[in-house]
Amino acid sequence: MKTLYLIIPCAPLVGAILAGLMGRAIGRAGAHWITILGVAISFVCSVLVMQDVLAGNTFNGTLYTWMEVGGLKLELGFLIDRLTAVMLIVVTFVSLMVHIYTIGYMAEDPGYQRFFSYISLFTFSMLMLVMSNNFLQLFFGWEAVGLVSYLLIGFWYTRPTAIYANLKAFLVNRVGDFGFLMGIGLIAAYAGSLDYATVFAKGKELATITEVVTGWPLITAICIGLFIGAMGKSAQFPLHVWLPDSMEGPTPISALIHAATMVTAGIFMVSRMSPLFELSDAALSFVIVIGAITALFMALIAIVQTDIKRVVAYSTLSQLGYMTAALGASAYSAAIFHLMTHAFFKAVLFLGAGSVIIAMHHEQDMRRMGGLRKYMPITYATVLIGAIANAGLPPFAGFFSKDSIIEAVQLAHVPGATFAYLALLAGVFVGGFYSFRLVFFAFHGKERFRDAKHDDHGHDADHDDHGHHGSVEPHESPWVVTLPLILLAIPAIASGWLIGPMLFGDYFGGAIVIGDNHHAVAHMKEHFHGVIPMILHGLTSVPFWLAIAGASTAWFLYIRRPDLPAVIKQRFAPFAWALEKKYGFDDFNDWFFAGGARGLGRGLWKAGDQVLIDGLAVNGSASLIGRFAGVVRRLQTGHLYQYAFSMLLGVFVLLTLWLGRS
Amino acid sequence: MNSYLLSLAIWVPILGALPILALGSERRDAVRWLSLAVAVAGFLVTLPLYTGFDRAYVGMQFVELAPWIPRFNVQYFLGVDGISVLFILLNAFVTVLVVLAGWQVIEEKIAQYMAAFLIMSGLMNGIFAALDAVLFYVFFEASLIPMYIIIGVWGGPNRVYAAFKFFLYTLLGSLLMLVSLLYLFLESGGSFNLLEWHQLRLAMQPQVIVFVAFMVAFAVKVPMWPVHTWLPDAHVEAPTGGSVVLAAIMLKLGAYGFVRFSLPILPDASHYLAPMMIALSLIAVVYIGFVALVQADMKKLIAYSSISHMGFVTLGFFIFNQLGVEGALVQMISHGFVSAAMFLCVGVMYDRMHSRQIADYGGVVNRMPKFAAFFMLFAMANSGLPATSGFVGEFMVILGAIKFNFWVGFAAATTLILGAAYTLWMYKRVVFGDVGNSHVAELEDIGAREFLVLALLAAAVLAMGIYPFPFTDIMHASVDNLLKHVAVSKL
Repeated sequence: MKTLYLIIPCAPLVGAILAGLMGRAIGRAGAHWITILGVAISFVCSVLVMQDVLAGNTFNGTLYTWMEVGGLKLELGFLIDRLTAVMLIVVTFVSLMVHIYTIGYMAEDPGYQRFFSYISLFTFSMLMLVMSNNFLQLFFGWEAVGLVSYLLIGFWYTRPTAIYANLKAFLVNRVGDFGFLMGIGLIAAYAGSLDYATVFAKGKELATITEVVTGWPLITAICIGLFIGAMGKSAQFPLHVWLPDSMEGPTPISALIHAATMVTAGIFMVSRMSPLFELSDAALSFVIVIGAITALFMALIAIVQTDIKRVVAYSTLSQLGYMTAALGASAYSAAIFHLMTHAFFKAVLFLGAGSVIIAMHHEQDMRRMGGLRKYMPITYATVLIGAIANAGLPPFAGFFSKDSIIEAVQLAHVPGATFAYLALLAGVFVGGFYSFRLVFFAFHGKERFRDAKHDDHGHDADHDDHGHHGSVEPHESPWVVTLPLILLAIPAIASGWLIGPMLFGDYFGGAIVIGDNHHAVAHMKEHFHGVIPMILHGLTSVPFWLAIAGASTAWFLYIRRPDLPAVIKQRFAPFAWALEKKYGFDDFNDWFFAGGARGLGRGLWKAGDQVLIDGLAVNGSASLIGRFAGVVRRLQTGHLYQYAFSMLLGVFVLLTLWLGRS
Repeated sequence: MNSYLLSLAIWVPILGALPILALGSERRDAVRWLSLAVAVAGFLVTLPLYTGFDRAYVGMQFVELAPWIPRFNVQYFLGVDGISVLFILLNAFVTVLVVLAGWQVIEEKIAQYMAAFLIMSGLMNGIFAALDAVLFYVFFEASLIPMYIIIGVWGGPNRVYAAFKFFLYTLLGSLLMLVSLLYLFLESGGSFNLLEWHQLRLAMQPQVIVFVAFMVAFAVKVPMWPVHTWLPDAHVEAPTGGSVVLAAIMLKLGAYGFVRFSLPILPDASHYLAPMMIALSLIAVVYIGFVALVQADMKKLIAYSSISHMGFVTLGFFIFNQLGVEGALVQMISHGFVSAAMFLCVGVMYDRMHSRQIADYGGVVNRMPKFAAFFMLFAMANSGLPATSGFVGEFMVILGAIKFNFWVGFAAATTLILGAAYTLWMYKRVVFGDVGNSHVAELEDIGAREFLVLALLAAAVLAMGIYPFPFTDIMHASVDNLLKHVAVSKL
């Protein structure tokens, strides 16, 4: 079995190394075959692992000892349980689809091999992250996926926006990692181990300790530290700022990294840490509030975006907020369940958006699209499926997972749960609206790409303008693009039906621990009687009607009365402005953090190093010695009579002193 | 058991330099190949130090003892423990790289250039191996001379100021150290034996005075804030090879002084003054991190980054736990690889463009993709990315610091953000983007020799990041012993 586990991450790694180092030798086709083969092997092995864990087996073992120091044993190893198995399937399946899709999407790109190398390297890193049995390897994977994300956002390294976005993404993630490392450090200091099982076993003990220096309750400090890491990686408010900008990367990675897998690492991590988080209501309360803020307020930004990828990006932020809120409600299984369904339907949305972008010759502005459904029926159908799932309408996957989250949050008792419930409900309306707005805006209505040429000048110029639009009829993408779309659309519809076993069955077993006083999920279980009754019940529930209301509003505004959005925008100009400015976070961060750090650095350098240390102390003492020497030098004139005179003076003084003594 | 390995490590490069000087700079190829042969031989003789090292034994190994100046009880006394042995290997390894890096770049006085590096390498091995205080002092001071010459002769336009600043700064510290050594000689009843000094009982007041005197000497070398300002100037003016040795090895001498002298000889003063040392280290990490952010000159930026990274070393020593001390030692070795690599990368670009200004670059990746890939790896190592050596030491010290005091760890961990910010922001401006100007457009990618140098370092950086066990395993016994020793008062 251990060999099988080892093959899962290593197959993509081998692919990445070969495609990366020998890209020229193996050629473009060689690069995509070898990496696809690697990920395919990984996927097949993951399915085998899934079968094995379903048979009731788990594995927790060491790979090798990384280091041993001061009683702290740091090892690399695998923990294979049901939580890991879900993640393995999701990661390798989406990754495989994205690999195939990339053949079509990047067909003309000169960095073809490099791209395949990176996405395979990413797959390796992500797999190491989810398979880890300790905090060290978790941190390894954590930073490694951040590195690959950095490389991929800046894949088109000549674009100023791309290399701005990748630096921003890395640094914001580092802020999160800072908190993460603090959490890990506290664990190492107080539990004396970084091994999951050992630390979890000591959880109860840790919960009674107060941190010596700060006086904080230890377990809360640990959990909040770890969660700050999750906030960076899973783009939770206020560390969400990097994710929308990450759309500068090629679309396949937006689907793989910035929607389906990497950004869910934080959700996975908190679920994995459920034995710790369950011990701190304060931390859970923090988690649920942050999640709810992200879910609602990021969804609101999505409604004013006109870049098709950015709409999906803000939608991702909002959905991540839902997952986080579920974590705060102790509904870890619901969070992971939504993570899974979301991975499928959001990958569909992103890859569908990418398909549109190819058809429109790298045009991303929906104001220059419209009426595309005639030309790209497969893309249209799959995006529609993704949108319905995203809006949370039955019987599509998103319905089951989102509805469970809302119900769990409603039943939660940690402080802030009521606020979170209301925010999530409001988010459902907004979600229904922006999902269908995207569909109607891009695929229905007038074919605006035809007259794009005429009003080109009126539009904002911040998009890459290849000058193609309007010249060629849009057409459906090749099969390498549509096949992954279809294969992903199937679970986007059907994966929700697994709700019975995954949420309310005993699927997760011991992988997720829930405290005695947190029984939201247990409570929901009592009312669950199967998929069909849940759908029927859903049809009479508030979230369903809110989503329908959102969708109808989108229909009214973008199909029935397309003139209205502009009027509304004018009427509510301050709100629209705030949303378009994304509440001003980017400007504030640029001014305060980036500008402030540079100002501080310059101040310390000029005032500290140059004026005080070098100017005053170093060169100052040098010039002081110089001046002193100058004075002394004046005495040495070289004139004999002066020397003779001073000698005489000296003799006189010495004599006087000597005589005076005796 | 008598061994000659340490003497070989010291004298092979020094004596090997003599025929190179004799060859003269006219016969360039002969000089280059002979220098490489000497450097490689110097490296090979150090390998048995690692393979033959007894990891269980806490004392000094490969000991050599002979009288030198019997009148003052001065001995030719060499030996290494788990703390010092790796630095000799690192030094010998870096010397090979430096010879390779100077291959075609240095055209003037190449024989003297190569000889200076080889002699310096031998002398620095002497510092790490010396167990007699006078021997240590002689090596310590003598190693200044080749570096002074390297900066002063092969340096940039402002080299004389920089060389002078470097020399005076370090000499000032050394004088105070000499006084302390003489004091300890008298106190110990006429011994310069370091191991005997480790057992010497001293009252608090003399301990503190001697500690401060040592501190001045070692802090200048590290360099610690606020005696660090010579380093950016020295780096900017030094030729690439000079910067590499300066950053990779010479800075370690000060830190090594702390573990070999200050901590074991003056444990009570070390504990008493630890808060000050920790404060200065944290200032180095944070303050210098901000200063590095705004540098316009790449070498200055990396120099400041070096100071910031060395802050982790002094921090690790003075939190007195195993994670801290071993982390500091690991950080020293890793910094040897990473800073050497960073300076070599700047050197590669400087050789082509004759500029170190970030603003003169942009879009280097378009012309030099292979180089950009290496530079990326080293930039990430400099930012402390896991699976590179840069992570290991920082991680250990941060964990140790959190154990010691949460806020100390908190301040130290800001390097996660600052280090990434200054390194990657520089990388972005230099490497990414469209081709910045016509000079960048003419750049040629690295050749086989440069590739070899960078690949060797890349292998070292990755190996240490992925499997640091062999590096730390060798230290355990000695560090354990040191910590036990420091925990016992000598009052």
